[in-house]
Amino acid sequence: MTEPETIETTRWGVVIFPGSNCDKDALDAVGRICGQKATPVWHRDIDLEEFDGIILPGGFSYGDYLRAGAIARFAEVMESVIEFAGHGGLVIGICNGFQVLAETRLLPGALMRNKDLRFICREVNLRVERSDTPFTNMIETGRVIKLPIAHNEGSFYLPPKQLEELESNRQVLFRYCDPNGNITAESNPNGSLNNIAGIVNRQGNVLGMMPHPERRCDPLLGDPDGFDLFGSAIDYINRN
Amino acid sequence: MKARVSVRLKPAILDPQGKAVLNSLQQLGYDEVTSVRIGKLIELELDSHDSGDMEQRLEELSRRLLTNPLMETFDIELEDDDRTGDH
Repeated sequence: MTEPETIETTRWGVVIFPGSNCDKDALDAVGRICGQKATPVWHRDIDLEEFDGIILPGGFSYGDYLRAGAIARFAEVMESVIEFAGHGGLVIGICNGFQVLAETRLLPGALMRNKDLRFICREVNLRVERSDTPFTNMIETGRVIKLPIAHNEGSFYLPPKQLEELESNRQVLFRYCDPNGNITAESNPNGSLNNIAGIVNRQGNVLGMMPHPERRCDPLLGDPDGFDLFGSAIDYINRN
Repeated sequence: MKARVSVRLKPAILDPQGKAVLNSLQQLGYDEVTSVRIGKLIELELDSHDSGDMEQRLEELSRRLLTNPLMETFDIELEDDDRTGDH
């Protein structure tokens, strides 16, 4: 008889700020669908030691007053998130979570008002730029995935020199594209520079993305492309 | 004491709001308007009379929270109400 291979259940914390509204979707995606342990984390909690990964979900933290993510950046939990990321823990910021990570400077850049001044809520095509990251090891480079976006401030901006650095460090993970993977002006929904939809930090353990992978995990909702992203992260944690 | 922080988008940054207002003004016949940039005005009331230290603290809070230095610049105006009041 051979011993059954034991796969550890990974432990995820989903941060809730006042005004977060995608926390339940994130908990459901990682908990029920991916079968992991997913726990809500209040914005005043500062102990993240029990977790393998942290998700900053979408929504309108603190009403998005002043700038999206600007006030959440100073929530008590964020000091712990910075420390968690500093030790190599996986952090995923989705939509408003990406805006919070940018304001926190865990990720470079700023998310500005959409070019056409409209809230955009629809599905987009994304080209996966690299598969050698903790978040995309189950997705081959160049694959086109479909995920929904729902945002008003998603236009990625970085001054030219820093943008060049971001590109040469291969920190861009997802770009808006057409169904065939071509990066075109027409497929850019919000005016993001270089069609950027998602990036990682230099170390590769912090991901920020405007599209919502947690809304494409359950096969009931269409191709579960989001599942591959969380699956990659879970696999990465189990192997490290 | 009062302070007024004017926040502006950096010149290199596209301002879609300003562009929409510019279009509207031109449609209304104000052809002389050639550019519109929209910023924010933040008014603060302060419980301090030590304007030396205060200026430095205002700089700091503007940089840390009121603005995102990647895309915005700011000016601070201080107004001492004691100088104008009580007459």
